[in-house]
Amino acid sequence: MGKIKVSKNPPRIDMTPMVDLFFLLLVFFILTATFRTPEAVQVDTPYSVSNKTSPEKHLITITVSKDNVVFFNVDNGIDTSEHLRRKILNAMAYQYQLKFTPEEYKKFEGMSSFGMPIAKMKDWINEKDAEVRDAMHNGIPLDSTDNQLLYWIRFARNYNPDFEVALKGDQGADYEKVKKVIDVLQDNKVNKFNLTTNLEDVDVSLENL
Amino acid sequence: MAEIIQNEGGKQKGKKRSKRHSTHIDMTPMVDLACLLLTFFMLTTAFSKAKVMEIVLPERDENPQEIKDKPQVDSARALNIILIGNDKVLWYNGLANPAKPPLPKMHLTDFSDDGIRRVLLARNKELFTKIEQMNQDVITGKIEMPRDSIDSNRKRFMRADKKGPVVLIKASENVKYKNVVDILDEMAISNIALYALIDINDVEKKMVADYLAANPSAAN
Repeated sequence: MGKIKVSKNPPRIDMTPMVDLFFLLLVFFILTATFRTPEAVQVDTPYSVSNKTSPEKHLITITVSKDNVVFFNVDNGIDTSEHLRRKILNAMAYQYQLKFTPEEYKKFEGMSSFGMPIAKMKDWINEKDAEVRDAMHNGIPLDSTDNQLLYWIRFARNYNPDFEVALKGDQGADYEKVKKVIDVLQDNKVNKFNLTTNLEDVDVSLENL
Repeated sequence: MAEIIQNEGGKQKGKKRSKRHSTHIDMTPMVDLACLLLTFFMLTTAFSKAKVMEIVLPERDENPQEIKDKPQVDSARALNIILIGNDKVLWYNGLANPAKPPLPKMHLTDFSDDGIRRVLLARNKELFTKIEQMNQDVITGKIEMPRDSIDSNRKRFMRADKKGPVVLIKASENVKYKNVVDILDEMAISNIALYALIDINDVEKKMVADYLAANPSAAN
């Protein structure tokens, strides 16, 4: 009987299937990835039993923070070659007689929600320090004298009538402010919109009624 | 690993043969990288999509003269809910008409399970049981129905309902947004067919002030 040979070399493991699997998963995640866009402000949304999911694209997001600061965000649409954000900013610039450089338009396209008067927009786009930039959000004006939110929504919907509106309010926001935003939406004939909420389960019983 | 492969190649004595194993590629760095990227993408992918609650508001009246022809709320079905902040609500039945005293009695409650939900369910029992029965039948498999028609059936029940309350939700000043969503949520939970979010009127403002004056503890 021959001796059992002990291999001097460490055993080699065939890694090909593992690598195959890794790459498959990797490709899947790359293709399905939708990045979390950095939010300008942390919002603690209220709870509801609604389990309708928010549309991913063609969404206007109006955020009302805890301090009643109103933010606006609009996406570039499914077809990014349409450059919706650029067009909307362009329309706003025309409305308020401001000029933006092509670089500023490009930069604006890649940014997310903002909450400042249009006059401050240029500084916000060009500010490099993220902390200073975040401190610039002091709310989009929506008074009857200077209703910029109205125009943001109007121009966004001009370029793409499919835009849906999601109103993302903080639990601690004042309803008065949210009501103003809703009024602006209704001024734009947006009567159907979504309130962003967290899902919560509720058990209801008819006992002891 | 690369070294191991070389060692193996060296085993062949003397003769110069083309190496059989020369096509082995060391894949470790590639695997490392793939692993790293995979982890990164898995962590950054936003899996849980945001949930939303859809709300539909009535269209604004373009010319106020048409209001005269609008159907009025049946006072037997009307249920008024006034949000007064601090997770407290006041409610009363019927319509408050100063021309026809006495004014309806106000009741204080909150958003707990035994709070406003109880009031709503008691008034909306018939419709609620009907819809709940349908949901149960679908879950237990008694009736088979695609998701879409569950929803459309629910809406059909709601339209056919002639007994449930017409809930008028009013928010007084300094109410937090949370309470407004809470009360809209209660409408969804109790399957209320008809409800509207409207502005508080002067009569009700006075009623709230009177109530709070009579019950000072309610304000906190």
